[in-house]
Amino acid sequence: MAALFATFFLPLLGFIAVMFIDREQVRAIRFTTISISLVTFVVSLLLWAGFDHTNGGFQYRVDALWIHSLDAGFRIGLDGMSLLLVMLTTFIMPIAILSSFGSIVKRQKEYYAMLLLLEFGMLGVFLALDTFLFYVFWEMILIPMYFLIGIWGGKDRIYAAVKFFLYTIVGSLFMLVAIVWLGNYAAEHAGGFTTDLLKLREIAPTIPFETQKWLFLAFAASFLIKVPLFPLHTWLPDAHVQAPTAGSVILAAVLLKMGTYGLIRFNLELFPQSSWAFASVICILAVIGIIYGALVAMVQTDIKKLVAYSSVSHLGFVVLGIFSMTAEGVQGAIIQMINHGLSTGMLFLCVGVLYERRHTREISEFGGITKVMPVFSVFFAIAMFASVGLPGLNGFVGEFLTLVGAFNSPFLNSPWYTIVAATGVIFAAVYLLWMFQRVMYGTNDNPANHHLPDLSRSEKWQLVPLVIFIVWLGVYPNTFMKMSENSTRGLVGKIEEANGKQVSFPQNIRMDEIIAAPEHKGHTEIIKK
Amino acid sequence: MATRDFLLSAPVLLISFLAIGAILLDALIKYSTRVTFIFSVIGLTVTAIAAAVTIPHTGYAYANMITTGGYAAFFDIIFCISAIMTIIAARPYLESHDFEHDEFYSLILFCVGGMILISHASNLLVLFIGVEVMSVCFYVLAGYFRTTTRSVEAALKYFLLGAFSTGFMLYGMALLYGSTGSLSIPAIHTAVQGTIQFPLLLIIGVGLLIIGLSFKIAAFPFHQWVPDVYEGSPTVVTGFMSTAGKAAALSALIPIITAVMPANPYKIQMLLAFIAGATMLVGNISAISQTNVKRMLAYSSIAHAGYLMMGLVANNSRGWSGMLYYSAAYTFMQLGAFVIVSIIENDSDKNLTFEDYAGLSKDHPVLSALMAIFMFSLAGIPPFAGFFGKYVLFSATIEAGFTWLTIIAVISSIISVYFYIGLVVAMYFKDKETGEPIIAVSGLAGITLIAATVGTFVLGFFPGFLDSLTKSFF
Repeated sequence: MAALFATFFLPLLGFIAVMFIDREQVRAIRFTTISISLVTFVVSLLLWAGFDHTNGGFQYRVDALWIHSLDAGFRIGLDGMSLLLVMLTTFIMPIAILSSFGSIVKRQKEYYAMLLLLEFGMLGVFLALDTFLFYVFWEMILIPMYFLIGIWGGKDRIYAAVKFFLYTIVGSLFMLVAIVWLGNYAAEHAGGFTTDLLKLREIAPTIPFETQKWLFLAFAASFLIKVPLFPLHTWLPDAHVQAPTAGSVILAAVLLKMGTYGLIRFNLELFPQSSWAFASVICILAVIGIIYGALVAMVQTDIKKLVAYSSVSHLGFVVLGIFSMTAEGVQGAIIQMINHGLSTGMLFLCVGVLYERRHTREISEFGGITKVMPVFSVFFAIAMFASVGLPGLNGFVGEFLTLVGAFNSPFLNSPWYTIVAATGVIFAAVYLLWMFQRVMYGTNDNPANHHLPDLSRSEKWQLVPLVIFIVWLGVYPNTFMKMSENSTRGLVGKIEEANGKQVSFPQNIRMDEIIAAPEHKGHTEIIKK
Repeated sequence: MATRDFLLSAPVLLISFLAIGAILLDALIKYSTRVTFIFSVIGLTVTAIAAAVTIPHTGYAYANMITTGGYAAFFDIIFCISAIMTIIAARPYLESHDFEHDEFYSLILFCVGGMILISHASNLLVLFIGVEVMSVCFYVLAGYFRTTTRSVEAALKYFLLGAFSTGFMLYGMALLYGSTGSLSIPAIHTAVQGTIQFPLLLIIGVGLLIIGLSFKIAAFPFHQWVPDVYEGSPTVVTGFMSTAGKAAALSALIPIITAVMPANPYKIQMLLAFIAGATMLVGNISAISQTNVKRMLAYSSIAHAGYLMMGLVANNSRGWSGMLYYSAAYTFMQLGAFVIVSIIENDSDKNLTFEDYAGLSKDHPVLSALMAIFMFSLAGIPPFAGFFGKYVLFSATIEAGFTWLTIIAVISSIISVYFYIGLVVAMYFKDKETGEPIIAVSGLAGITLIAATVGTFVLGFFPGFLDSLTKSFF
């Protein structure tokens, strides 16, 4: 329990501490920020160590009443999925902070304070087991991210920041109405207004479908904008391109995951019937997003924009996996969230490295960089291949599982989702490899590129940890997947029960067994009977 | 009996005597502004304490003419806090405009006296007296900068339209009396539940009364006076008008609407819902195109009147307590914003446009951080006070079955985010174009700002205490 509180509140304490440091003491500010974020990561390892992965329920639960009359509480806890995302957050933050040391020169005090506040907010989103508390953190994140883009961003930062803010708040205010509506429903049918997620999980699925679908849409609006699902994605490229490197890394690695996390935690768990009703629509949009994101990425001339659109494509896989509502699909989605966080985060760092040296991100400005920056090119290649989904690196695991899940899904009941989505993998290879070729290979004929320094020690420190986990996840994903396995199984079981579907599932959702045991692909047949 | 009446109506009595005392001080002491200032602050504090003490003693006093304790006393505290913060911030502001006279303080005190009478009124006549006392003070305060054309224009406009609306209200009261045979609000409540001799008179009377009070609270379609008056009035006065003035009109609406609601609940709720929805949309949509911060805040205050009225529409205990909560939250955030505007406005009528706020965060990190907090809170972003107020009001409205009104409120909140963060954009993301003199924040204005910030934070982070308190009134 102490570990949970420490993980949760250290960033907040850090934020307060940084606010009290004199703005001239830049070194002290940096030191405080990086050490707080590192300590947070180390403490969160204790959470990992103490987590019982055989238990599919919520662990480390804290249940304290906050506002008596509305039964809103400080209710937090972790299940496998939130544990993985919490770990991702605490892991990415020190890297993002380290990457800012060289590049951020103005208003450093506010910058690092905002980063810590952002970390606090993100942890709150993943830990909250109360819809009110969740909403508070969900909205609170807007403030630091808005400032990060708006103050330290690029040329069109104001436009991007305002767009980011407005898009997000449009969705989330409708979610607020749904949260309140759910609370009132509980007041009428379960003896008291409440925002306790664990109580609502029992109550919400009993809401008649006619109303449930509106609630589903209200929640989905908020999350799908955040993910972002095609056609709600237009804020993302702007925000990504304008944000400073650390902002992009956090945005890609963690903030987008808040959307997919919300889809699983709220949409699937609270409204299983509506989830089925809307699954095909959302999956069609997800598949369109996969292809569209990839095609648009292909024609980008700006590396950062290319990576941003690749996020649209990759997150399409996650949404597809989630709404396949099979154990493989959801597990794949969860692992793909982590993968995308690592590989796209690393890609943004690499783009940042190039931008630091040349102050441009135009692909045509580069060429033959391998010759001057050999070490960098190795890291960049790893990130690129991880993003492509090369077997042996992390990207493959998640994409494969989501595709298998969508293929087997009794709810989608059509192989076409998988067939079309799988082409997205090929497109990913095309645009990423082509970009890599144009930037890194060829002749180094631009004089500005003749004498670029290779990676500094700090930059290596940022990239090496990412590489370790990219390989680890690619080679032995079970370390991570087993954490969320039981909670996923429980979730999928509930969805099936609510929708009256009985599907036999493989006992163990592990890569090797799925590949080795093709016979369980007969789910669809069982359903049809 | 009489002693009990005196004790329970302590806020009403205290403020009346104190206001008269403030005038006497002016007459008796030479160069008395400082003395009057201190006297007023202490007096308002005492009144607020008296109101707090009487909160548990709900009942009637003076032959059922006024109510005591409960929500009325809660509103008294809001008025007093608003007035204290206004007075403290006003002193440096008025000094810099060379306009500090004793009348200002005694006018504010009289104004609060009128408001307290309004919130305590359980008889329409008392209510009318309260409204008049408050309004007359506001007319004078709006024109307080008597050498400035804009200020005088604001006063005149406010006076003419205000007098007109008072006529409506008075006529409504007369019709209510005609149909129910009483001016006492509880008696009207009883009469409405039985058979009424002239039901048409009752409906018209209620309508006229709502019109009159809608004018005071600045609800659609009686809001047109707001932008000009708010812009022309001295900034601190505007802050006071838009917080305490609104709360006062609300404190009159709560008992009246509750009393007449049984006459035709559905129609009255629909009428109010329409007014509330239109008020929010009109206020926020008009605010988008403003380039003057004071006007922007004026229009947005119209929208906040709309949010507040959601509680009336809901007509349930959560709605009423939500209105009380939102009034308190709104007082802190709106006054905080106006105090910052008054600081930046400095002397003369300048520095009021969004461009003047560009790059403010460079020279004044604390001031702009506070302004950003007030803006986020007004926009209803958690974890600040405005969010929780909206949350309670939303939940009350949904509980009453008016989900569509909540959705309108949500849409208008989205609109409002655009201009509220527009100010943040100016302060943080844009750079200053011309070199301006550094603004000095006086200690007194600083005190008000600290109070407003603490209020905005505490009501946001720990809403539980106030929420249970406001809930206990209904």
